[in-house]
Amino acid sequence: MVSVRSISITPSSLTPSDFPWIIAHREDRCTLCGRCTAVCPKAAITLAHMRKRVPQLDILQKKRGNDYKTFTGIRQELDPDKLCIGCGMCSMVCPNDAITPLPGTNENRTVFFDNRKGEPMKRGGRRNSPGPTLLDQIMFDRISMLTDPALDAGRHEFTVTTSLGRVLSPEDFLDRTLNGGWIPPTREIFPFIIGSMSFGALSPNMWLGLLQGVAYCNEVLGIPVVMCTGEGGCPPWVLRSPYLKYIILQIASGYFGWDEIIRAIPEMQCDPAAIEIKYGQGAKPGDGGLLMWYKVSKLIARLRGVPEGVDLPSPPVHQTLYSIEESVMKMIQTLSTAFNHKVPVYPKISASTSAKSVLNNLVRNPYAAGLMIDGIDGGTGAAYNVSMEATGHPIASCVRDCYLDLARQGKQNEIPIFAAGGIGKNGNVAQNGMAMVMLGASGVHIGKYIMQAAAGCLGNEKNRCNVCNLGICPKGITSQNAKLYRRLDPDKVAERVAETFMSINTEVKKIMAPLGRSQGLPIGMSDAIGIGNKDAADRLKIKYVC
Amino acid sequence: MCRLALKTANEPFSPYEVLTAMEAMQEGYDGSGLGLLLRGLEFEDFKYNPRFPILSGIAHTEEGWHRVTEFMENRGYELKYDHRFANKDGFIEAERFRYFLRAYRMPERFKYASTEVREEEMLMARLALRALATEEDNITVFSFYPDVVMIKEVGWPLQIGNGLSLHDNQIKSRVCMAQGRQNTNYGINLNACHPFFIQGISTMTNGENTAFVPIRDWLVGKNIPGYTGYQSDSEVFTHILHYTLKKLNLPLEAYKHIITPLSTKELKEHPQGEFLIGLRQVCRRLVIDGPNAIIGTLPDETCLLAMDQKKLRPATVGGRDGAWAIASEICGVDALVPDRDPSLDFQPMREHTVIVPPDRKELEIWSQYDPFPLPLAA
Repeated sequence: MVSVRSISITPSSLTPSDFPWIIAHREDRCTLCGRCTAVCPKAAITLAHMRKRVPQLDILQKKRGNDYKTFTGIRQELDPDKLCIGCGMCSMVCPNDAITPLPGTNENRTVFFDNRKGEPMKRGGRRNSPGPTLLDQIMFDRISMLTDPALDAGRHEFTVTTSLGRVLSPEDFLDRTLNGGWIPPTREIFPFIIGSMSFGALSPNMWLGLLQGVAYCNEVLGIPVVMCTGEGGCPPWVLRSPYLKYIILQIASGYFGWDEIIRAIPEMQCDPAAIEIKYGQGAKPGDGGLLMWYKVSKLIARLRGVPEGVDLPSPPVHQTLYSIEESVMKMIQTLSTAFNHKVPVYPKISASTSAKSVLNNLVRNPYAAGLMIDGIDGGTGAAYNVSMEATGHPIASCVRDCYLDLARQGKQNEIPIFAAGGIGKNGNVAQNGMAMVMLGASGVHIGKYIMQAAAGCLGNEKNRCNVCNLGICPKGITSQNAKLYRRLDPDKVAERVAETFMSINTEVKKIMAPLGRSQGLPIGMSDAIGIGNKDAADRLKIKYVC
Repeated sequence: MCRLALKTANEPFSPYEVLTAMEAMQEGYDGSGLGLLLRGLEFEDFKYNPRFPILSGIAHTEEGWHRVTEFMENRGYELKYDHRFANKDGFIEAERFRYFLRAYRMPERFKYASTEVREEEMLMARLALRALATEEDNITVFSFYPDVVMIKEVGWPLQIGNGLSLHDNQIKSRVCMAQGRQNTNYGINLNACHPFFIQGISTMTNGENTAFVPIRDWLVGKNIPGYTGYQSDSEVFTHILHYTLKKLNLPLEAYKHIITPLSTKELKEHPQGEFLIGLRQVCRRLVIDGPNAIIGTLPDETCLLAMDQKKLRPATVGGRDGAWAIASEICGVDALVPDRDPSLDFQPMREHTVIVPPDRKELEIWSQYDPFPLPLAA
């Protein structure tokens, strides 16, 4: 062994096999067109000039020798900042199938260096926990075989909508109808809601595509889908358009965009679907929203009323208020009043062992229109990795506990619980959603699934891509860089939104028909579900089946 | 799928008539039970005052029997009539100490009480007896209400009728509801036999109520006395009717709007659509979702029939001035009122509620598309 003094070795010196993704490049196919290096969002590959030895044999002279040539090829960068994220854009643009990232089979040593400069790892996506989720394991097992003619999902009439908004008890409803009291507003909506992803987190093209798709679902397909804005406000033209009725406006601790919204109230053509007050998020409980500076473009800055190019971390709490009880009560009442008590206002919280206490507060608050609970498997555009990985509570048992608590009080029809966090994580969106419904949710919010299904988001739970925070989304879904988001055609996104919801609508019926249910969403129909996991069955108070 | 038969006539008749008529529909039950409800009573050996509440049930043991009699005495009820069935051996399998039908005078303190107070007391007394029973399971109480008798037993309907000598004309009634049970989802249990009863309201159903668990959970959560039991998924139909009439004080027309509401599109064109959309929403957990025909009776001897929203369990009503039959099969109607014009038989559609009013002159057919008869809905 000799010392190699000319090569500097630092603690973070790594070889490609230490990386989570390794670029496989075939020089024999490469035409050096440069598309891969141009498209790579991380600059993880570079065109390198290398030297190679070519043996030289002069048979006549009986001499052996060497010749040296230079050549050009693609090489992987070894700086952890430029590690390949496995998005595969290089392979997508390569005309000759000359390059592709392969998952590293060795241990991934870059994880030990994702805290350089003392800054812990931040990323987008959701908890990196691959494999079937608990919801994936739930079976719909109460098939009406004995006395029933099975319902026909294709031909029978099904009612699959759900109520968003406070529902009075029948006694109160009749009393107020008779005596002219206030009847809280409600909306009949499709139980799969596009969850809160802000204008800012999403690119303008993605947001527009979603809105177009939602409008098409409502106006052409008759599926009353609604979408939530997330914290970043809402484009002014949307606020003054008839499409506002498909939109749940979110207010969160940064209050971004609310100047614009409040000013638009007198000019609104219709009421928004609802107002969501975000107190917590499943992916990063205890953290406020985070829009990193890369994504604060001119447009976003204008919309949010902030300077360009600064980090926008929302505080973890609504600073003006003393406690969540007070906050929930006052904010709900204030926002309800702002919209003349004609728009449902509900809070969104992180799933937590304390969710039941929040719920019980809401039960006593006549203006509270529901509760949205977001579980640990929820996605986010930007968060500290540790929050995403380790902080939070799974959604299933949290919603189940809340539902059973409401049922004990006979209030399960009055405060709808919406669930989010990992619905459709492995693609089984209708199955996951209906499992949640039968556990007691009135509907589910889907965010990551919609990005994957409608726009081809490449992120997964093996930490593929997950760079939504950096504004370099290779598909243009979560970028504010026009060069990137122009890759995404809003019309195509809208088309995929429509296709996705048509398919969910059919699958929901396919789930309900064999259970003999068609008249209403089977909320809390826990006798219809079973799971092959005894502990989970006991915890959720459903059947254990094997 | 159970078989259901209801006969209502101006002239009191023996329940055995209904049991014989049920034989026509025999392939639809399996001997797992019979339930009978009689209203508008006449006893051969007693001039019955229809104000006296009648306690119907079974004492399975002598000890249980003493518990019943002691309880009623202690609560201040004065026994006016104690019906003795002429029991015949060999027909009923189960060992029963005594079937009882006992008419009582209510305690003095209820002499001037309102109907509501009296009904509440009868319900609480029945529930207290039911609670006594659950300790050792030696008493089953079916009903405690004026002018109502209930008999339930496990076995074939006709055999049970023979075992209790129901053909001896000792009991007659103007209304008789009968169910021949086909055991489906739930265990063979006396309490699972239809009809179900609460405060004078009774219904029986065939088919399966697939929305049973969410409906039950909601009713139980209301903590209303008497909303218990649920050994059968059909018991909720009775309680929903009770809730509609007694707790919400809505007219009978509302029942169908609650259990099988019209769609939003239909309601938007309905004259009281806004109210009915609201009603549908607040009563959403009471929307039934099975293939069901629901047959019911009320204290004033009104009889009703309604179908599930898709009309997956048909039922037929037929009859003539003074005598009407509702049955799950046409052959049942034939057997119950043979001297009618069958061309006038009616099979309700999904939006209909068929009513045989107490005067039994002609059928009333209500449609959900009709204006809703309530001032508050205007």
